[in-house]
Parts: sequence; structure tokens; C-alpha cells
Amino acid sequence: MSDPVTALSNAVAEGPVRVAETGPHGMITLRGDLSSDAVAAAVQSATGVAVPEVRRLSSAGDRSILWMSPDEAMILVPRAEVAQIVTALTQALGTAHALVADMSDARARFRLTGEDAHLREVMVRLAPVDMDRFETGEIRRTRLAQIPVALWMPEPGAIELICFRSVAKYAFDVLTVAASSARVFAE
Amino acid sequence: MLILTCPYCGVTSEETEFHGGGEAHLKREGPGSDDQAFEGYLFHRENPYGVHFERWRHVYGCGKWFHAARDTQTLEVFGTYSAQVTTPPEDLLAVIRDKRPGWQWRDLA
Repeated sequence: MSDPVTALSNAVAEGPVRVAETGPHGMITLRGDLSSDAVAAAVQSATGVAVPEVRRLSSAGDRSILWMSPDEAMILVPRAEVAQIVTALTQALGTAHALVADMSDARARFRLTGEDAHLREVMVRLAPVDMDRFETGEIRRTRLAQIPVALWMPEPGAIELICFRSVAKYAFDVLTVAASSARVFAE
Repeated sequence: MLILTCPYCGVTSEETEFHGGGEAHLKREGPGSDDQAFEGYLFHRENPYGVHFERWRHVYGCGKWFHAARDTQTLEVFGTYSAQVTTPPEDLLAVIRDKRPGWQWRDLA
């Protein structure tokens, strides 16, 4: 089988805030009622990660689960584990009303790193999010300039962001422009 | 600019993260209804200068439809509520009665 290729060949833009495309990652979409016990138990047994609270992400080792909507979760795993987890999760869900799909090639993922305050200002330039109150471990689906994205902060000084693969170039370009200039607002 | 709170994911954001879906609580008139009812369902809409009920979708976020009650004159948002209802919740109506005495929207007041 041919090797997976990311949308922008892991392009990097150095600057006050560094923008880098990362990957290839494994991304599995789960549709189903995330508040149901059956779905929660299946996810826990198949991935070893708990179903996250509303608008949060949960992690265990190199696996994470993002809360995308009341009936959608994004499961992030190493690419090599995708097939095995899709099979295990589908079996664990059994007759529960749910759907599991390998969406690894559908999205591009970026990592922004830099001084925490500067990083938040870069996001404020592009998205209608109150970044002053944005917490580590929170996930936000929103608008990045003209495209839908999901973003979260794995730790202070870093933002992870996913968008559809077809608009990866647009996302990289607007992030690079926003990240290239100095901070405007002081503490 | 409107500041809306999605009742499904709890995000509060400005209106560009959402998409308006027109008037709320329309009753579909399908096969078997008379022409006048069908015409009303297709074309007749409220156009209030004041309290209004609308459908909105959290299009850049969780993707869910919901309802919003707002004032078209002041752009004040009285509240948002679930899409799975056919009339606004009573506690929201109480808030509107308190803030806009004498308001009317269809047969609600």
C-alpha cells in the first residue's frame, strides 16, 4: 500500500509564532449519542480513552478524543492503529445506533507554537473566539477567516488545529500571515 | 451584531459563526391542506419591529439547528432554545413579557 501524504507535505512557516503542518495522523469519526452509556463503554473499551465532556478533549498516552458536537467525536490515534481501532470500536458498539469511519485523509492538522500571549493574539486575528478565556483542554469548533476549523490547546504555548484537507493551503496561508507580525496588544 | 449562545454546545459567539434560518415555528401544510393554508405556509411571514422568533444554525461549530428569540429593533437576544419544540418555552416568554410589555408575535403575547 502506498504511504499516506499530508496536504502540504508538512510545510513550516517560521516566525514569532511557528506554523507547521503535522501528520500523517489517524483520525476516526464517531457519530452516535455521546451521552449514552453504551457508546461511552464501547469507546472506553476500544480506545482506552474516556468520552470527553462537552467541548473538552480527553487523552490517554498518544490517543485523544475531541468532542465535536452532541453526537460526534473525533478520535485521534497514531496512523498505524487506525484499522485496528475502527474494527474494535465497531464491534464494541454492537447494535448501538452509531457509525465509525476512518477519516484520516479528510483533514489537515496544524500545530502553532510560540509565546502563549502572542499565540492567542494570532488566533484572535482570525477567529471569533474569546482567547483570553480559552483553556487548556478545551476544544472549539469555529470560523478561521472563511473556513470551519476545530482548535484546542494541548498545553500553554501550543495550539493544535484541524480543517478540511481541501482548504489546507488557505488555512496555512492565513495562519502564516497572521503569525508573521508582532504583538499589538500588551498585557 | 448579534451575540448568540448555542444551546447544544454552549458556545457564545457572534453571528458570523452561525447562519440564520428564517422564521421559527412554521407549521408545514402539505397534501390535503387547502390552497390558502399552503400559500400561507410558503409565503406569509412575520416582519415585526420588535420581538421575533427565528431559527439559527451553528454552522461553523457543532452544526446544530436551534431557536432564538430576539428584538429586531434593538438586536437584544432574549434567549436561545432547543429546536425540538413547536412553541417557545414558558420561562423565555416570561422574560420577554417582563422586558417588552404588550408585545405580540402571531398568537403569542
